[in-house]
Amino acid sequence: MSAFAQSQTNETFVLNLGPQHPATHGVLRVKLVMDGEYVVEAEPVLGYIHRMHEKMGENRTWAQFLPNTGRMDYLHALAFNHGYVTAVERAAGIEVAERAEYIRVITNELNRISSHLLWFGAFVLDLGGFSPLLYAFDDREHILDLLESVTGSRLTYCYYRFGGVYNDIDDGFLAGTTAFIKRLRDRMPMYHNLVTKNIIMMKRLEGIGPVSAEMCRKYGATGPVARGSGIDFDLRKHEPYSVYSEFDFEVPVYTECDSMARYMVRMDEIEQSMRIIEQAVAKLPDGPFMTPKVSKIVKPPKGDYYNAVETARGSFGIRLVSDGTNTPYRLKLRSPTFSNLSLFGEASRGMLLPDALALMGSLDLVIPEIDR
Amino acid sequence: MSLDPEVVRVLAFLVGVIAFAALNAAYLVWLERKEAGHIQRRIGPKEVGPFGLLQPLADGAKLMTKQLIVPDGVDPVLFKIAPIMVMVPAIMSFVTIPFSDTLVARNIDIGLLVIFAFASVNVLGLLLGAWGSRNKYAIISAARVVSQNVAYEIPMLVTVVTLVMITGTMNLHEIVMSQQGGFWNWNILRLNASPLMPISFLIFFVCMLAETNRAPFDMAEAESELIAGAFTEYPGMGFGVFFMGEYANIVIGACLATILFLGGWQCPFGLYPGVHWFLIKIYAIIFTVIWIRWTFPRTTFYSLLNLSWKILIPISFFNLILTSAMLKVF
Amino acid sequence: MKLAAIKQALAAISPLAIEQTEYAGKGFVLDVKVAADQVVEAAIVLDKEDFFIEAVTGVDWLGEKEALKKEAEKQAAAAAAAKAKAAAEAAEAAGEEAPAAPAPAPAPASVPSEDVAPLIDDLEVVYDFNRYDQLCRVVIRTRVPRDNPEVPTISKVYPGANWHERETHDFFGIKFIGHPDLSPLLLPEDADYHPLLKDFTV
Repeated sequence: MSAFAQSQTNETFVLNLGPQHPATHGVLRVKLVMDGEYVVEAEPVLGYIHRMHEKMGENRTWAQFLPNTGRMDYLHALAFNHGYVTAVERAAGIEVAERAEYIRVITNELNRISSHLLWFGAFVLDLGGFSPLLYAFDDREHILDLLESVTGSRLTYCYYRFGGVYNDIDDGFLAGTTAFIKRLRDRMPMYHNLVTKNIIMMKRLEGIGPVSAEMCRKYGATGPVARGSGIDFDLRKHEPYSVYSEFDFEVPVYTECDSMARYMVRMDEIEQSMRIIEQAVAKLPDGPFMTPKVSKIVKPPKGDYYNAVETARGSFGIRLVSDGTNTPYRLKLRSPTFSNLSLFGEASRGMLLPDALALMGSLDLVIPEIDR
Repeated sequence: MSLDPEVVRVLAFLVGVIAFAALNAAYLVWLERKEAGHIQRRIGPKEVGPFGLLQPLADGAKLMTKQLIVPDGVDPVLFKIAPIMVMVPAIMSFVTIPFSDTLVARNIDIGLLVIFAFASVNVLGLLLGAWGSRNKYAIISAARVVSQNVAYEIPMLVTVVTLVMITGTMNLHEIVMSQQGGFWNWNILRLNASPLMPISFLIFFVCMLAETNRAPFDMAEAESELIAGAFTEYPGMGFGVFFMGEYANIVIGACLATILFLGGWQCPFGLYPGVHWFLIKIYAIIFTVIWIRWTFPRTTFYSLLNLSWKILIPISFFNLILTSAMLKVF
Repeated sequence: MKLAAIKQALAAISPLAIEQTEYAGKGFVLDVKVAADQVVEAAIVLDKEDFFIEAVTGVDWLGEKEALKKEAEKQAAAAAAAKAKAAAEAAEAAGEEAPAAPAPAPAPASVPSEDVAPLIDDLEVVYDFNRYDQLCRVVIRTRVPRDNPEVPTISKVYPGANWHERETHDFFGIKFIGHPDLSPLLLPEDADYHPLLKDFTV
């Protein structure tokens, strides 16, 4: 929605958005060339918290790299855990205990909900609405407590192991999960009434920040960004890993391509994750939570392997190159937001500053995952 | 040596007005934080004093002990006078506000005009501060402030002109006196003068939010876009004075809304009029202003201008014509 | 199936090898090796087939040729030994006419290798592509010599490859010819080192 005529002069100035700026959620810097309030060119500048996880991977054993995965996407750490363990399990041919698969799904989806809730709060904060953040944190706190009780940590989890999980879940956790889902079900209509149907919210999101399906494809965008552009692509359905094929859930897809569509995708995904958790809790089999006799020293056979999982932000892929020893030869981490952010420069061209920030918020950026 | 009672009166009112403005500025921050806390399922300030009531003092002490940094490259004169230019007119406006039948510093016949004259200086202060800061965010903010205030001054003034036509005076005291008797006599419900009076009040209220740069119209200080907008470069008390000026302006806006539409110090039922009714009314309005801020997201700049130019201004002009027609006919 | 068509289209650009891999074990479906100058053509083919780009990365194969050579030498030696042994046995079996020819053969081969230029190892550039509508992960690989790693950019075909190539340039020093801006993306802006090279030391 372009309300003013854009000036035809060349009087532009450079605005440094970040590295310390409230809307960049971390140390991202965006170099904006502005014409008044219009964005002429936007160039994200990355690398402020680059930690070279890939090199770290080459210097430690396969198992020692596990804690690193949770430190990239700190909001959906379990999905990164999951991506790495499934990649190594695929490469080394390790069987996973069935109960562990279900535990992984339950905890992973809980973590996904917590990630989406935080995004929801932070996104509305970007738009200038303060209070939803605290409500979302209130709900998220329950998830963190639940996950803390089984994983031992609240944010940078390291819970999955090759062949299973670190710790079995107990009845208290299951009861807490069920109670939490009931609670969140009751609260979702409140979120929609207060935020989604808010007229200012609708005006700020509908039709703002269009990202076409073609642009998604050219830039390799995945996750809610792609699904908000009408692309039905969710690795949990598309390339079912773990036991996701056992569950009945839908992939929310919106064809509007605007910020509202991306917002709605995430809100619907919370509902779908709740459905998955309910089914997984109901179906949870008995048995060991760890495949017995998985060797402590993993040595995948020589060769290269690829594995991808669906995180809250898109598909996280790992390319492993093994030389048959107990350390990875090469570990490529393909993080979803890196690709999602790369389209920002093109998508934001010609937008007004507040709209560009709404678009940036709707991409759901987690900077450590971009910078790795 | 005997003191002229008039001099004593002026001195007393001077002290009273400044104290009222400063106290309000300080305690509205407390009210804002407390209210925001409860809206967000928190408690808000509670550590400093009972219910955190001493928090404003602590905040003040913190702001005052901070170094007043004047960054390199700023225009030192503009940078320093800008906060004062926001704060002083806000306090000056209180001079003509009648808190009750007798409690008024100066009852001027053109009181309304005086307030609006001072209110427009406020914009100048923000503009100069932002320009003098030599900061790109501040300059964007300055551009926004000016166009926003110009856009919202018009429907506000037109609404006020409508009101002046009905009451026939610009004297705030007389405006209140004309609303005597009960809430059905308040200007907001004077449907015989113009059936659009409640809408007039809404327009006035929205314009007041916009004029004082309050959310959802806080374009000047849009944290998630412009960091702190015009105040980005201001440290310590420089920022504090801006802040106090902002709150003083909210109080002025609430006072005006009360006087013009809600019967000033008149009791809703015609009983015991007095300053307590005035205070209840202004704090109810301020409470609503804060409530709105913590409930709504920020609008964008263009929808803000669209609202003013495409909706508020036509409606307020229509109201003006309707009212004058009705005044002529009846 | 679609896969056959894609395979055919890729085969038309004369790649070095196309291999259909087992998805369950490897995690991708098609493994295509191309020469460095065919990368863009391969990308265009995949672009036409509606693939999206997942990632571009590199692998440093430092020491690979040395190892291969040693392996080959070992094998050759073993083969020669086996051959000699077989010959000796044959000679023994045949009787008098035992030629001494095969024995000195490996010796002259190993002597000139001393002053031959040292072996240049390869950097591998790996492109991952995927589709939104069906499971079809395609890996394009190409190899470039370590001393002059140059690959044409595919960022004209896939603008999303821009950052991936910049990152690969950061980490491996692979030059993407025609890339609009190869300044460091993740590394500090004055970085002149490439940390993922195997011979990188702090």
